[in-house]
Amino acid sequence: MSCILATAASEFRIAFRNRWVLIATGMMVLFALVLAAAGSAPTGDVDVDRLSVTVASLTSLAVYLVPLLALLMSFDAVAGEVERGTLPLLLTYPVSRLQILLGKLLAHLAILALAVTLGYGAALVMAVWSDPGAIQGIGSMVRLIWSSVLLGATFLGAGYALSALAQRPSGAAGLAVALWLVAVVLYDLALLALIVTDGGGVFTTRALPVALLANPADAFRVFNLSAGQAVAVAGGIGGAAGAIPLWQSAASLFVWPLLAITLALAAFRKVTP
Amino acid sequence: MTPTLTISQLTKRFQSVEALKQVSLTLAPGKRAALLGHNGAGKSTMMKIILGLIPFDSGEVTVCGEAPGSAAARMQVAYLPENVAFHPALTGEEQIRHYLSLRGENPRLATELLARVGLAHAARRRIGTYSKGMRQRVGLAQSLIGRPRLLVLDEPTSGLDPVSRRDFYDLLDGLSADGTAILLSSHVLTEVEARTDSILILSGGQLVAEGTLADLRAQAALPITLLVRPAEGRAISLAAVFPEATIGSDGMLRFSCPQADKLPLLASITALGPEVADLDVIPPSLEDIYSHFSRRDGQ
Repeated sequence: MSCILATAASEFRIAFRNRWVLIATGMMVLFALVLAAAGSAPTGDVDVDRLSVTVASLTSLAVYLVPLLALLMSFDAVAGEVERGTLPLLLTYPVSRLQILLGKLLAHLAILALAVTLGYGAALVMAVWSDPGAIQGIGSMVRLIWSSVLLGATFLGAGYALSALAQRPSGAAGLAVALWLVAVVLYDLALLALIVTDGGGVFTTRALPVALLANPADAFRVFNLSAGQAVAVAGGIGGAAGAIPLWQSAASLFVWPLLAITLALAAFRKVTP
Repeated sequence: MTPTLTISQLTKRFQSVEALKQVSLTLAPGKRAALLGHNGAGKSTMMKIILGLIPFDSGEVTVCGEAPGSAAARMQVAYLPENVAFHPALTGEEQIRHYLSLRGENPRLATELLARVGLAHAARRRIGTYSKGMRQRVGLAQSLIGRPRLLVLDEPTSGLDPVSRRDFYDLLDGLSADGTAILLSSHVLTEVEARTDSILILSGGQLVAEGTLADLRAQAALPITLLVRPAEGRAISLAAVFPEATIGSDGMLRFSCPQADKLPLLASITALGPEVADLDVIPPSLEDIYSHFSRRDGQ
């Protein structure tokens, strides 16, 4: 445990020096504020509190931004050590590869948690400031924070796995961008296209829920939208959220990080210094 | 006393290339062994196997009674890689504190460790601003953590100036007096000659020589060189007496003779009295012995 904490402390310091903490937090706060400001328009007569609407908009933001931040922080984790030549020495220390990965994960998760808490917090302050009653939606805000951290953990693990597979930072960066595009952007586009061509047939009723749960980003969106009863204000893929039981999307959110870390460990174990 | 490091019949293949062939050696506690060999002779490969960083094909390796790379072995072995590198964003002190924590030691010892390698003044500067010699000292400092029983040092003095090299070997003397076995590779033969107990020469993946410098000198049986300076105007007459000698452009007579013939030859030269102005006896240098052994196979 002390090895994990020492690694985490060192990684956090490095991320702080490389201004990753500042960049991640700045990005989240900026986007959250923009969304909170823009999201105040459509509330109108919808029978939900102000904050739940903000949470719905923040969910759509987080689906793109959290995986991106996680991949940006993680793609260098193993490949960077290989390139700098620091890995052979590290591996002669009495510390296991799992401990190294968990140390890095802990540091990166802390940064991500800090960034989303400050970002969403800024949006929360804005929402409550214009409508004090919005504070009753605080539960959905807390849920958004921890589910964002879980979503981040999945993509951090995936980033470590790609980093270990590529063994070069440039290759790992390319793979990370590709993964982000496929998992976060193209996956949803493909699902939308299928829904349109299917026209409410077997695919939409049977395969779509499974497809949504199989993708951690979609599971995250479905979980937050259905839990926050904000499905009404969400469009597109989010509309399908109502059809999926809450425990299923929650389970997907919890299982994916474990799966991703397992994959990362398997890939890291194959790296010969 | 049980040896700290035992290697028997170690063989390692990279695809079709045999990097190490049937290498056997032992290293007792407190002994300092120098591993010599040309580039690609298998020095780094052997070190990585001892550290458990790479697997091997056949043979047996025991490090402090444990399998190489096992948690128990890693607790007792310290390593200094060739061209050691660290994260440039950390300071020397932060990096050493991290390594101390990984070995379960008190991170506060970092200041003392850095002072021991002469880096106290730069402890709070980022490693990115360090020179190569300073990075090498950080590498040395981390290898001293927690009184290791086996030190594996790959080209430890590269990048160090002569004074730092002497300080470094003084550090090693202190460690070996405490019972730490040391295996180091180097290209600087003169310092290896003076500061290690035994020499191992690898060539083409095979251990071609092993022993103290005196052992190797006897095994190699290289000829001794005698340099004779003739007295003024006597060069021609002297050369006529010794047709086996060659005359250099500097007017010196150069003799090359086996160890056994040294004394008779000396006697016959000194018998000439005033014909000879000066005489030097040059034993084969470590370089000569090293080239003798590493050329014998393949090279």
